[in-house]
Amino acid sequence: MSEKLYPVSIEVNGKARSAQVPARLSLVDFLREELRLTGTHVGCEHGICGACSVMLDGEPVRSCLMFAVQADGHHLTTVEGLAQADGSLSILQDSFCEAHGLQCGYCTPGMLIASQALLNETPNPSEAQIRDAIGGNLCRCTGYRQIVDAVQLAASRLAAEKK
Amino acid sequence: MADAKSPYGFRYIGAKRRTKEHPRFVTGRGRYVADIALPGMKHVAIIASPHASARIVSIDSAAALAAPGVHYVLTGAEFCAATDALAIGVDTPRVTRYALANGVVRYAGEWVAAVVADTRALAEDAAELIEVEYATTPHVVDPEIAVLADSPQVHPAHGSNVLFHRRFVWGAVDEAFANAQNTVKLRVRWGRSSTVPIETFGVAAQWDAGREILDVWASIQMPKFPDQLARALRLPGNAVRVHYDVDVGGSYGVKRGIKHTALVSYLARKLGMPVRFLEDRLENMRGGDMHGPDRLFDMQAAFDNDGTIRALKIRALDDVGAYAGRSPLQLGKPVSAICGPYRIKAVEYEPTSVMTNKTPQEAVRGFGQSPTNFAIERTIDHIARHLDMDRIELRQKNLLKKEEFPYLIPSGSTYDSGDYHTVLDKAMKAIDYPALVAQRDAARKAGKLAGIGISTCLEPSGGNSAFEPLFNPKNDTTTWMDSCLVRVDLSGAITGVMGTSSSGQGHETLVSTVIGEVLERDPASIRVVRADSLNALPSNSPVGSRMAIMLGGAAAGAARKIKATLLAIAAHNLGCDAAALDYKDGNISLRADPAKKMSWDELIAVAHRKYHLMPPGFEPGLQTQFVWEVPTGGVLPTPEGVAQIYPCYSFETHIVYAEIDPATAKPSLQRYVCGHDCGVMINPDIVHGMTYGGIAHGIGAALYEKFSYTEDGQLESGTFMDYLLPSAMEIPSVDIVDHCTPSPLTTFGQKGSGEAGYLGAPAAIANAINDALAPLNASLETLPMSQEALFRVISASGAAGSGHR
Amino acid sequence: MKSAAFEYVRASSLAEVCAALHDSADETKLIAGGQSLVPMMAMRLTRPARLIDINEIDALKLITVDHNFVRTGACTRQCVIARDAALGAALPLLKQALEWVGHVQTRNRGTVGGSLVHADPAAEMPLVAQILGAQMVLRSHAGTRTVGAAEFFEGPLATATRPDECLEEIHWPVWAEQRTGSAFTEISRRHGDFALVAAAAQIAVDENGVCTRVSFGLAGGGYIPMAFPQLAARLVGGTLDDEAVQSVVNDAASEFDPGGDLHASPEYRRHLAVVLAARMLRAAYDDARKAS
Repeated sequence: MSEKLYPVSIEVNGKARSAQVPARLSLVDFLREELRLTGTHVGCEHGICGACSVMLDGEPVRSCLMFAVQADGHHLTTVEGLAQADGSLSILQDSFCEAHGLQCGYCTPGMLIASQALLNETPNPSEAQIRDAIGGNLCRCTGYRQIVDAVQLAASRLAAEKK
Repeated sequence: MADAKSPYGFRYIGAKRRTKEHPRFVTGRGRYVADIALPGMKHVAIIASPHASARIVSIDSAAALAAPGVHYVLTGAEFCAATDALAIGVDTPRVTRYALANGVVRYAGEWVAAVVADTRALAEDAAELIEVEYATTPHVVDPEIAVLADSPQVHPAHGSNVLFHRRFVWGAVDEAFANAQNTVKLRVRWGRSSTVPIETFGVAAQWDAGREILDVWASIQMPKFPDQLARALRLPGNAVRVHYDVDVGGSYGVKRGIKHTALVSYLARKLGMPVRFLEDRLENMRGGDMHGPDRLFDMQAAFDNDGTIRALKIRALDDVGAYAGRSPLQLGKPVSAICGPYRIKAVEYEPTSVMTNKTPQEAVRGFGQSPTNFAIERTIDHIARHLDMDRIELRQKNLLKKEEFPYLIPSGSTYDSGDYHTVLDKAMKAIDYPALVAQRDAARKAGKLAGIGISTCLEPSGGNSAFEPLFNPKNDTTTWMDSCLVRVDLSGAITGVMGTSSSGQGHETLVSTVIGEVLERDPASIRVVRADSLNALPSNSPVGSRMAIMLGGAAAGAARKIKATLLAIAAHNLGCDAAALDYKDGNISLRADPAKKMSWDELIAVAHRKYHLMPPGFEPGLQTQFVWEVPTGGVLPTPEGVAQIYPCYSFETHIVYAEIDPATAKPSLQRYVCGHDCGVMINPDIVHGMTYGGIAHGIGAALYEKFSYTEDGQLESGTFMDYLLPSAMEIPSVDIVDHCTPSPLTTFGQKGSGEAGYLGAPAAIANAINDALAPLNASLETLPMSQEALFRVISASGAAGSGHR
Repeated sequence: MKSAAFEYVRASSLAEVCAALHDSADETKLIAGGQSLVPMMAMRLTRPARLIDINEIDALKLITVDHNFVRTGACTRQCVIARDAALGAALPLLKQALEWVGHVQTRNRGTVGGSLVHADPAAEMPLVAQILGAQMVLRSHAGTRTVGAAEFFEGPLATATRPDECLEEIHWPVWAEQRTGSAFTEISRRHGDFALVAAAAQIAVDENGVCTRVSFGLAGGGYIPMAFPQLAARLVGGTLDDEAVQSVVNDAASEFDPGGDLHASPEYRRHLAVVLAARMLRAAYDDARKAS
């Protein structure tokens, strides 16, 4: 391969990761193919479906619309980084299980990223706010209803935990 | 969310239960085909035709072959000579299909060549260097022209563009129309859309030269996939091993990538390297061959002044695109419910499947039932309007009553059970129908366009696919089966084995719940694994809402045999008849003297280790298999076209309230209730989930989604910017109310439900929008009902307004 | 859908960008948020040989709010602008417009400058720039020049930015009038999609509810987002009576002259233009009357 390689150092889920990558390697492909973090999924590669959503410096972005080289020096959280330190499910992940907020699982990592970002900023979101927060994540299995239920359940459980 | 306790009196069946599939998906540990990295794997990119119809004059691959990282360029000339044509569901041997164009291209997007390279990016680079010279030929995109004798022909060797045409007459139809007190006539159009899963189709294949086995991992949902693949590749069936333990990211019918798989498998075998092809979204939309029905209906109804419907005439013209697999059969499945949930004694059905130079169709959720339900329900509303009769009242009059089941419909299927009036009542109560009418009327007074839509529809389930021999008598297939193997190991742990893939339906949960119910052991302790196609028992795949019935039934059957064996072991060791024993939680005791007992662990030990204590005639170990035929299966259709198709009939009713801003023509769905009866729900959360999802698909088909073609046969909506999948902002909050009319044909009374919601939503939404337009004397009979289309009909009626409000 | 290969340069200063562009602007593109550029690269509709990444230049991310102007750096993220309270108070129209831009993920990465330079006919930022008469500050090796919105937008996806220039800042005029109101809306197919038609207005009134200043515009339908200063002037001195508004919006829709596509015909867009422009004028007016 004669393509020029660029060094990148990215903190992914709290771990420093380094590699040499072609400039055109998308961030999602880097995560999946280079780091073997296959939890982030590819659905459209043109920025609509949201399956590739990850947190860049704490905010959800579409990783298919970034090149890996652009993430050099930044912090990423993927679905693999949402669990608790001891490996058990986060309250949000567990709420998705309880409310059956997923079926085939393909959009789920993106939904979790978008929902977690919402709860980080708005701990008690209304249904309208939840739908808006996941408005950039398409799902073809659930019709969104049980996903909304899951986020509402997580919010109430997080609030109860605080007390 | 479902209740903690089963509403049906079972221990596990019907109670709320988290799925076994959840944990891996919420942690990003699913195993989809794109996650599988085979060592040394190469990647494929496709060169597709830009023309709707052309002869391929030449293909120059020299520059591509010289490009970095390229291993091979495959064209149709080689591939079509080395493999056999893919199967087609009707008797049209001269309509042949291969993964790559065979000298001619028949639709824009058809695959012409495949490049194999070290990475997908390099394959795409090389694909751009391939030069194809085409000589364009006349094309046809309008199905009403394509049926004519002088139309350009998509497959000239076939002699016409018509793949299938038949006029079925069940009952005294002409007499009913001749004597009718009233008739209506209407034309409705179901636009070309599809289920478009978020994961595209992907396949990886590897040829093991030492063992002469082709290993295949694919995002697949397809009956007879290994068999059709083997046949295409001219391999014996036992040289193909499809791995069913690949997670599939949604399918709802369409993941039938037999052409993708034949292509990749051929390359893997030829090159001696593992090869993977993941459709990108452009390839998927235009050349993945996964479009859905594209259907024009001409409907007529004959009915009395009091609303009794005497007969229906249904003419359906479906545009399958340039090639066909099973797609023409999507006109056949609706025969199983051709009169809907109504007491209509005479039906004429004239389906025509026609080819045009467009992307081919594939099986879509419901296999043609949703378009048919839409056409029937629009007809019902037209009848109501003609008689100035309330639409609910008209339905109540014609809906089959609970006492009439089992009910034999004119086309030959028997509806097993139902209580349609109760479900409709429940839904009306849930939405507070009188208040809804008042709300609509108040909105109208305030100058809005507002409408209520109702649909009452059937979901045929169980997958007795007798429409196959119905549409192709040469295909005398009547076996529609599924299986389960259950084993209890030496430690007493239970494992169930299923032999097909899943795409979100929760089959592992289904199987473990059923086995747990029968053996009275906690489903959480029961593991479910998938066989591969070499060691799997027969399965016809998750299609036709069949798995709760068929896989559930098979799991129950196998578990019952395990239970019988345990009782036999206990009877033999306790010195009594099995009938004198009580089985509880896997432990067995003598009813008359419970101190005499054998625990689960003791029974297992006998089965596995203590042959000297085994009853005579029993095999060592503890494993059983259960393979069974679909209830009502095994009978060929009559020459007159009367056939028993699916066994179990679920019912759904949708009530929708919609408003349209008359100034902007933008519709808004504001209230939505679905009444649903699929018999016993083994896992209510799973059933509800698929219903919510089906409704969302239905909203997409009704209002947003269309594969739109230009006159030149170019797909205009080939990206997600133009093919509009609804987000959470477009789908309203939906309430489901359940009812349970068990099926007499199944193990627990369950009926199928994978297609629920989708089968009735477009009909109800179309009825709501038309109710909203009714005061303008306007109507819209084409799906999707886009804003542009709504603007045109509202403008034409003169009510568009200046929008001061 | 993998992009064609390119050389990547991560610029750490605007000077570095301008030097690189001066050296060779051939087949070079600047990448900011990438929300419009990268899909085009993935589909190989555009294949720059070199990509200069301006996301790491802090100087391009400033926000300053003063009496007369709000200055936003070209690379300021849309989400940052949306959250800035002082900016929102000074430029409510910009904040309102941002609610219609894409989705959360789009706004977390997309930049206001990127949207302006990309100049999609249906985009929200260019429409606001036209209505407020924003000034674009363009920097090159040769120096700086300022171009007003009316001259900046030249055609669909085309601006006055020269190949060797980089947008540095946008100056947004702040209305001094006390009683000012604004409104933004669009009709799209789905939430977050490009507008079929977008309309927005900003109005100032005196203590009697008489319009003292009016600005409004339309976007969507193919050409460029437009403001209508002469038509708006006809509403000054009045209280937005039906006849006056109708006449103004009809003329605006004619001048706007939208085209058609797969999703909406020219006739439907023209109709929407009339309806939405009237609604936004009224909404801005009502908003102004409430403000004191």
